[in-house]
Amino acid sequence: MPERSIWVVVVLGGLATYLIRLSFIALIPHERLPAQFREGLRFIPPAVLSAIVLPELVLRDGALALSLDNHRLIAGVVAALVAWRTRSTWLTIGAGLLALVLLSLL
Amino acid sequence: MRDQLPLLLGVLPFGLIFGALAVSAGVPPLAAQGFSLIIFAGSAQFIAATMVGSGALPGVIVFTVLMVNLRHALYSASLAPHLAHLSRRWKLALSWLLTDEAFAIASARYRRGDLAQAHWYLLGTGMTLWASWQVSTSLGIALGTRLPEDLPLDFALPLTFLAILRPNLVDAPSWTAAAAGGLLAVLLGGLPFKLGLVVASIAAVGIGLAVHQVRHRADANA
Repeated sequence: MPERSIWVVVVLGGLATYLIRLSFIALIPHERLPAQFREGLRFIPPAVLSAIVLPELVLRDGALALSLDNHRLIAGVVAALVAWRTRSTWLTIGAGLLALVLLSLL
Repeated sequence: MRDQLPLLLGVLPFGLIFGALAVSAGVPPLAAQGFSLIIFAGSAQFIAATMVGSGALPGVIVFTVLMVNLRHALYSASLAPHLAHLSRRWKLALSWLLTDEAFAIASARYRRGDLAQAHWYLLGTGMTLWASWQVSTSLGIALGTRLPEDLPLDFALPLTFLAILRPNLVDAPSWTAAAAGGLLAVLLGGLPFKLGLVVASIAAVGIGLAVHQVRHRADANA
């Protein structure tokens, strides 16, 4: 692909991304949104964060991997237990990384 | 700074890998840096650079970037009420920095209260993430393919999201939204353009809202 076309991709892709990020913050006035929509906003963080994390743990190369060979799943369960008990970001990440490293040494 | 150290730990290997992947896909070094400077969205950049390598049409690549980044509209909607009081300039700047990681940090920050100075905090963390994305991309471009394949440090990223998820689980509706979001995202993992994440999230917000309203009505009738 010629370098000029790559720059077109970069600039248009960047513009599209920026407009999406601006959408509700600066383009669409908040008061105009239906009350139900505004009520639903507080469910966005739990819904999205979980939707990002769970596939990272249970999918390997796009396929469901619910076995003990899936080290990331086991390390993720360890980290989830630590998060549940301690509510500490640092302990959660530390426990998850430690579990992953230990499992890879087995 | 303390709050985002684990995120930086996860972002740096991604930036390195992006830089290396982009040059090996035939993107000139300056344009590879341009992806990180101007688009500033990890997974969309990975997919776009790969598509450049496979000779896809520019219009198709831009469309793909748009679809992969649609989830940012959810972040924008979620943060909009918190940023409503800010000047236009602040909104333009904070929107520019609104990545997955910045959103995770922001949602954790706005749960903590003491909101008067929170936008400065978001600007600081956003700019740190932006700068580390630039530096790690440059390093990846320079090192090229001499990088080890599977760095376990990238696992710090989902772990951080997991840790930030926990304080969001405060009642039955939020638990339901999280459970539905995770399960649907796994089930829809095969959809193109990473659309499974967007569809799963929107459906999960709807499910959480429905549970909330059913409980509300039950309380009102009791």
